[in-house]
Amino acid sequence: MNEPVFNVLMVGVGGQGIVLASDILAEAAALAGHDVKKSEIHGMSRRGGPVFSHVRFGPRVHSAVIDQGRADVILALEPMELLRWAPWAAPEAAACYLATPILPVGVDEYPDDLDAEIARLFDRLVRVELASIRRSVPMKVRNTALLGAASVFVPLGMDSFAEALRALSPRGTYEANQAAFDVGRGLATRQVEELAHVE
Amino acid sequence: MRTRLLSGNEAVALGAWEAGVAVGCGYPGTPSTEILEALSRRPEVYTEWSVNEKVALEVGVGASLAGGRALVTMKHVGVNVAADPLFTASYLGVRAGLVVVTADDPEMHSSQNEQDNRHYAIAAKLPMLEPSDSQEAREFTRLAFELSEAYDTPVFLRMTTRTSHSKSLVAPVPPGAPQPTEQPLARGFVRNPGKYVMIPGNARRRRRIVEDRMAALAEAAENHPANRIELTAEAGRASVGIITSGIPYSYVKEVAPEAAVLKLGLVHPLPRRMIEQFAASVETLYVVEELDPVIETQLRAWGIDCLGKDAFPAIGEFTPAIVAAGLGGTPAHPTKQAGFPVPARRPGLCAGCPHDHVFAELRRKQMIVAGDIGCYSLGVLPPYDAMDTLLDMGASLTMAQGMDVVAPPEQRGRIAAVIGDSTFAHSGITGLLNAVWNGRDGLYIVLDNGTTAMTGMQPNPMSGERLGRSDAPSVDYELLARAFGLPAANFGMVDAYDTAAISEAIDTLADRPGVRLLVVMGLCLIESTKLKKLDKLAGKKAARRQLLALHPIGASHE
Repeated sequence: MNEPVFNVLMVGVGGQGIVLASDILAEAAALAGHDVKKSEIHGMSRRGGPVFSHVRFGPRVHSAVIDQGRADVILALEPMELLRWAPWAAPEAAACYLATPILPVGVDEYPDDLDAEIARLFDRLVRVELASIRRSVPMKVRNTALLGAASVFVPLGMDSFAEALRALSPRGTYEANQAAFDVGRGLATRQVEELAHVE
Repeated sequence: MRTRLLSGNEAVALGAWEAGVAVGCGYPGTPSTEILEALSRRPEVYTEWSVNEKVALEVGVGASLAGGRALVTMKHVGVNVAADPLFTASYLGVRAGLVVVTADDPEMHSSQNEQDNRHYAIAAKLPMLEPSDSQEAREFTRLAFELSEAYDTPVFLRMTTRTSHSKSLVAPVPPGAPQPTEQPLARGFVRNPGKYVMIPGNARRRRRIVEDRMAALAEAAENHPANRIELTAEAGRASVGIITSGIPYSYVKEVAPEAAVLKLGLVHPLPRRMIEQFAASVETLYVVEELDPVIETQLRAWGIDCLGKDAFPAIGEFTPAIVAAGLGGTPAHPTKQAGFPVPARRPGLCAGCPHDHVFAELRRKQMIVAGDIGCYSLGVLPPYDAMDTLLDMGASLTMAQGMDVVAPPEQRGRIAAVIGDSTFAHSGITGLLNAVWNGRDGLYIVLDNGTTAMTGMQPNPMSGERLGRSDAPSVDYELLARAFGLPAANFGMVDAYDTAAISEAIDTLADRPGVRLLVVMGLCLIESTKLKKLDKLAGKKAARRQLLALHPIGASHE
């Protein structure tokens, strides 16, 4: 039998810049000593279409692709995209999402109960409101804050994330990326603790 | 030194560099594009974006004959363009190693068809290697160069979207410049007309040599390091055996870790004895291959019974779940599903794309639009609905010509061809020449955005830069039109943001007889951002404004 592999699915809308965030996660897993595979589709440049990145790590990873029903964590940069990819989630999967909707071209109205539907599907959930990070996190490193938030569900040490951020942040942006990561991580930690308290 | 995460494309570039490649060339096309972009960062290697794939392959063959290893890259449909030199390059053979990368696109993530280019290896009588991950992509590239020189043949390396764009760990790269193990060839062309000049007499002699070469390669395949058998722990005859290659191998290992596996890295020619022995050692034999039943067909021709396309689809990309289902397993089922339909999110032209006005205008005027490859293919989607045909690179101008020949009079004035600048240079100019030569009528619109945008901003012959963004001459549309003999009144350039001018230009030119060329100038927004970072945006914009000022519609040349 193959030993267990941890599966993170990152999803968003074309142009949101999901690739760097998933690179950082994959690098952190590699630095922690795991075998890692990462898969995404570019080209057609996915202009305005859905984008996704699969990251898998563990003792030995064969497939670069996560099957439906197998993702341990879904990180979504848009709420409808989380719902689009929900079938990929494992039964006990956690989710982390940015709550700002982006309307598809030609769609005038979004269902207004996205948050409720997401909460129905995922018990382990972190919801990031743009307003809560807008002041503390510059636009350019927003995805790193989301990665920091999702990191509460990912079994990798903070030192591995820090080292990956140092290795992959564009020149001169490591501090900003690390700060954004920490903001997201802090926000998610508080939410998860509150959730535990309620239960 | 430690392992690194590289995409398959980056790994091919690394492998080529380690093999001491002298020349890298190709034409951009998803999913192949990043190979040359990565290789171009190695100053030891001459790299270029060629005008098209045929040109790239010919440059590569020339480099090989002059004694430098060459890597030529393209997407699967690019091989169709390069097929003419490909089939005869097989007869010429090589001097230094020549490796052709075909990046296939199962599932058609970014392509107009799903052709399986393993057929080209068979048809052109060339060996083909197919890696499963990035480390293999690197190793197989090097093996391909060695095979090329050892057997005097161009060699195919087949990637797919999933191997090209997935990242996996690659062994440490030793510091310093590459140290190819073999003695490098002396540079310089050595005359050998019997081998390099394919007149029929020479071709007939080489034809026999090609067959002998493939027979020798088939023998070598039996022990080639890219082919291996992975036996299970259980003693004696395994119950399930699987023959596979490429990315499906990784899915097989994922879902059937207990199965015996024959992993083929050299997918043409196939190792017959190895396959026969493996088949005899298992009770049930599966062939797990994406797209066409290429391996399966060969097995059946040899009388080896197997389960192939009976169990696995021939259309689209595999997933681990598809492979698991084909092997009789039960894949995981989704447990979470939104309680309402999730609205589709279609790709489209970027918000603010300078060229959206043209499509709106063509739609408003009820034109019949022959379209072309690239971002502008998105003109077919709502809200534009302004494209009626899309076939292949450069087909807009030429299909419009064919339509014009037979269309009834009420349609003839409404036919227009729309093509991007890179595609125009790739194979649109020959179509323009055809129209002029044959005295056709037609309105041909070049949407010039200053780059090859769909594949990620590669320079092209019209853009004033080359690979690596060094300055290059750019073709002057107006001089081209003059050289082709277009009357001054049949040529014009307009600003993509000037909707009134676009509308007027289409009206004016639509009514004129003969070949009409309209160039709509609007710099791609993503390219603009990149140019700004390079401190080149102001200069580029000024040059384009100057061109526009020189060419109002219908002006005299003088």
